[in-house]
Amino acid sequence: MRYLPKSPADREAMLKAIGLRTVDELFAPIPAEYRLNRDLKVPRQMAESEIVDYFRQRSRENGEGYTSFLGAGAYAHYRPVIIDSLISRGEFLTAYTPYQAEISQGTLQSIFEFQTMICELTAMEVANASMYDGSTAAAEAVMMAVRLTGRRSVIVARSLHPEYREVLATYATHQGMPLSVSGFGDDGRVNLKELEKSITPETACVLIQSPNFFGTIEDVAAIAEIAHKNGAMLVVSIAEAVSLGIVEPPREADVIAMEAQSFGVPLGFGGPYCGVIATREKYVRQMPGRLVGQTVDKQGRRGFVLTLATREQHIRREKATSNICTNQALVALMVNIFMTVYGKIGLKELAKQNLAKTAYAAGEFAKQGKLLFAGAPRFNEFVVQTKEDPQAINDRLLEHKIVGGLPLKKFYPELGNAALWCCTELTTRTGIDSAVKSAAEREGSLRSAKEESVEEVAR
Amino acid sequence: MAYPTDRKYTKQHEWIQASGSTGAVGITDHAQEELGDIVFVELPKVGAELAAGKSFGTVESVKAVSDLYSPASGTVTAVNENLVTSPESVNKDAHGSWMMKITLKNPKELDALLSAADYEKYVTEEGGH
Amino acid sequence: MKHTPRKATLHVNQNEGLIFEKSSAGKAAWKLPPLDVPEVDAAKLLGASERNDLGNMPEVSEIEIIRHFTRLSTWNYAIDLGMYPLGSCTMKYNPRVNESVARVEGLANGHPYQPEKISQGALQILKTLSECLIDITGMDAITLQPAAGAHGEMTGLLMVRAYHHAQGRPRKKILIPDSAHGTNPATAAMVDYAVENLKSDSRGMVDIAALEAQMNEDVAALMLTNPNTLGVFEQQIHKIADILHAKGGLLYMDGANMNALVGKVRPGDFGVDVMHLNLHKTFSTPHGGGGPGSGPVAIKKKLEPFLPTPVLTAKSDGTLGFEYNRPQSVGRVRAFYGNFGMFVRALAYIQANGPDGLRQTTEDAVLNANYIRKGLEGTYDLPYSTPTMHEVVFSDKLQAKKGVRTMDIAKRLIDYGFHPYTTAFPLIVPGALMIEPTESESKEEMDLFVEAMKAIADEVQEDPQTVLDAPHSTRVSRLDETAAARKPVLRWKPVV
Repeated sequence: MRYLPKSPADREAMLKAIGLRTVDELFAPIPAEYRLNRDLKVPRQMAESEIVDYFRQRSRENGEGYTSFLGAGAYAHYRPVIIDSLISRGEFLTAYTPYQAEISQGTLQSIFEFQTMICELTAMEVANASMYDGSTAAAEAVMMAVRLTGRRSVIVARSLHPEYREVLATYATHQGMPLSVSGFGDDGRVNLKELEKSITPETACVLIQSPNFFGTIEDVAAIAEIAHKNGAMLVVSIAEAVSLGIVEPPREADVIAMEAQSFGVPLGFGGPYCGVIATREKYVRQMPGRLVGQTVDKQGRRGFVLTLATREQHIRREKATSNICTNQALVALMVNIFMTVYGKIGLKELAKQNLAKTAYAAGEFAKQGKLLFAGAPRFNEFVVQTKEDPQAINDRLLEHKIVGGLPLKKFYPELGNAALWCCTELTTRTGIDSAVKSAAEREGSLRSAKEESVEEVAR
Repeated sequence: MAYPTDRKYTKQHEWIQASGSTGAVGITDHAQEELGDIVFVELPKVGAELAAGKSFGTVESVKAVSDLYSPASGTVTAVNENLVTSPESVNKDAHGSWMMKITLKNPKELDALLSAADYEKYVTEEGGH
Repeated sequence: MKHTPRKATLHVNQNEGLIFEKSSAGKAAWKLPPLDVPEVDAAKLLGASERNDLGNMPEVSEIEIIRHFTRLSTWNYAIDLGMYPLGSCTMKYNPRVNESVARVEGLANGHPYQPEKISQGALQILKTLSECLIDITGMDAITLQPAAGAHGEMTGLLMVRAYHHAQGRPRKKILIPDSAHGTNPATAAMVDYAVENLKSDSRGMVDIAALEAQMNEDVAALMLTNPNTLGVFEQQIHKIADILHAKGGLLYMDGANMNALVGKVRPGDFGVDVMHLNLHKTFSTPHGGGGPGSGPVAIKKKLEPFLPTPVLTAKSDGTLGFEYNRPQSVGRVRAFYGNFGMFVRALAYIQANGPDGLRQTTEDAVLNANYIRKGLEGTYDLPYSTPTMHEVVFSDKLQAKKGVRTMDIAKRLIDYGFHPYTTAFPLIVPGALMIEPTESESKEEMDLFVEAMKAIADEVQEDPQTVLDAPHSTRVSRLDETAAARKPVLRWKPVV
């Protein structure tokens, strides 16, 4: 086996040194009746060329060469080539959690830079070294707010990613954390009146997403005011990190739970991605996840260490802030390199291109159909309501090698025939034009919806 | 280490120094020695009601956390905010670093605690931990 | 110093600063293509939500970024450099073909919401990997969704809870041996179970009498690592399972140490009801400086209704898809379907090995640990003489007499060119040295390691200060962790 660095003679010599005759004797502690006496039912040993072929074949069956308008928490942005060049260095790839600081300064310093850049972008004071993803980061941020306020109930915006809401529900089930959902208004944003009514002295926090699931930017200040005057915290989830280049960060938030996938992480069919939690310095001891801090060595030289570890499971065990151990360090490194490449000016220009492409696409669709939530500012997603079932439209688009917007019926039946479309800097005008053209191919598939919804509004 | 005789001690290594109906609470020199460099002290809120033997906070070193147990029942009237910014004071002078002050609900509770001599004996017998 | 450090310590630039310190206005490492749609006025579109300032984000050029991170990388130790015997972490070789196939276009760029009909490639990978892992563990079903081991533990315990609930007998507590990893009790708390400690016996195994005494109908499950954190196989495993099952409890196995078992014995065959795997340990996906991990949870049939959603399923037309309608499910544990990129890598690893390779891998892992045990026995104290599987735990008892503790020996090992073993864990061994060589070490590398450990033991006797002051060969010496924790500096700030 090519990964095993031993000759039969080596094995022989080692057994002899141990004082054994056969390898089987090493497994004597395992009662004989449980030992497996057959081959595992796994594929036979394959050559490297065969393995590569196998996955190329699977790749061809997996949407290679399609133009996609999907976003909804997973965004197709350009990944600078140097990301993979750098993360492929064995010193990053094949190291583990930097427990031994003296021989882990590379990982530690890069995490310190990551924490700093996340703070700069989110306008928060501290950020952790990463969480599993945006959904679990949001759930952990809510649990953090529950610990900090000593209150238990949680209000979740319906405009938060539906799968994030599901994950929070799973985490909350056994924590005695009653969840209630706050709806959205005509502009697709949190309905402030409804929120005001549902918030109580028991509310630990309000969890929203901005830009929200519909791509619409929430009125964070107004929501924060409602939360804060009731003694609750505001937790803001950010699923589209690129928005931070041009959209004001939620400065009024107490905790930010972010999905940083947009920053140089491949879509990869849903993972691994990179969650992050950022917050105020005064809350840091209730923050889950690893943290890197700056210090000095015996000679007074600057160096970095994992710090405030007493929050964590390996020390506090059942009283820890979370059970998280392994995080997403290598993915955080991708994010780190991406942020460094684009930096202060590039991130803004990149975000602007997203804004322009989306404005153009939304405008083109609006000529043909109805754009929902048109009244509020948005970043790179928009919702189109149609006469025809978006599933049928998408089936037609697929024949043109176009993946249309995400049909929303499963998540928001109240929106009828609606789909969530996304554009990034990678979306081309040609792509947008052909998507609109193919979508409108069937007579009236888009247009009638517009008229119908006008009637609805009139009612 | 000579343990001051003006106060009482617990087997969890806290001391309490009564003065009228209030008591100041801290941890013993032995405890700080065991913990090593103290990096953080978590204290209760003023006004909190405490029962004797129940946790009122934690004290942390780089790699360990220990609960603090109240030697007596009562209401917290003050906490030593200096320890939040300078936790190292506990290492420097454990018996001079009170953590909280409480009004004693039942001053008789203190009678059951250890005297300085008994505590010293207890610590020695514990096996030099 | 008598011993020459093996690791290269000189580098043209050991003084690389923070990236922010290289930044200056006007430098750039990016270039966007010309816009093919009309420009927009951000202020008009976004109004008050427009952001104008990105604070202290850096402005640097591409070559500076390459040098920056390359220089940082040289300050790291890694498996690619040498033996990394970090016990319980299974730091094995991370095959490069894994990295290559994970980057094939359709897999790297697949969107999680793309229609199932153009996702058959990815779904086929999920299915094949699931089947492999089910046979390897001897279980009946699996979810690949958990993002890491601890996340898998949570998912597993949620299923345990749902199972008991469905039986109409909710239970209150989880038994956890005192040798367990800290994630076990932390997870139990997240799922609102009380934790009850279970003592180990003098051989480092579960104390059967204690288990019998503590087992009752309030106990939902026992969370057991097998082989346990001492590297010892729980020989009475089936008895343990029987005691639990007799009172309606379940046996949860923490699969962190599965590298000792693959192809030789299957947890499903010795009474385990639910277990998680760590793909980043046993199945060679890279540790990446602390993640990403992947923690699939394999279960017995009786737990299947409670699997998190969605569940992979074969449809009537023969294609694969996801099923969302699972009324008894514990719910969703994360967005999308799990760390897919890690599934690709794990499957590539299984394919490169095949049944014979997986078995040989396990045998070599156990052989290596026993070889090291033999080499260091006598030099270091072995608190439990029970047979060793894939890792061996010594204590610093002999060295402590000279005031040298496990962490000091670990730091000195760095000077000899090795990554330290795991220190001070498991908690039942005071001053533990937990050594897991994995199958990836050659006899030569292990001979060097044993020599180094023996040389350090000699130093402890002759010149303990050299050990206490170690490491001597690294870019920085021991760092002041106390100062870091007392006055945390968690981000860079510009000097004003």
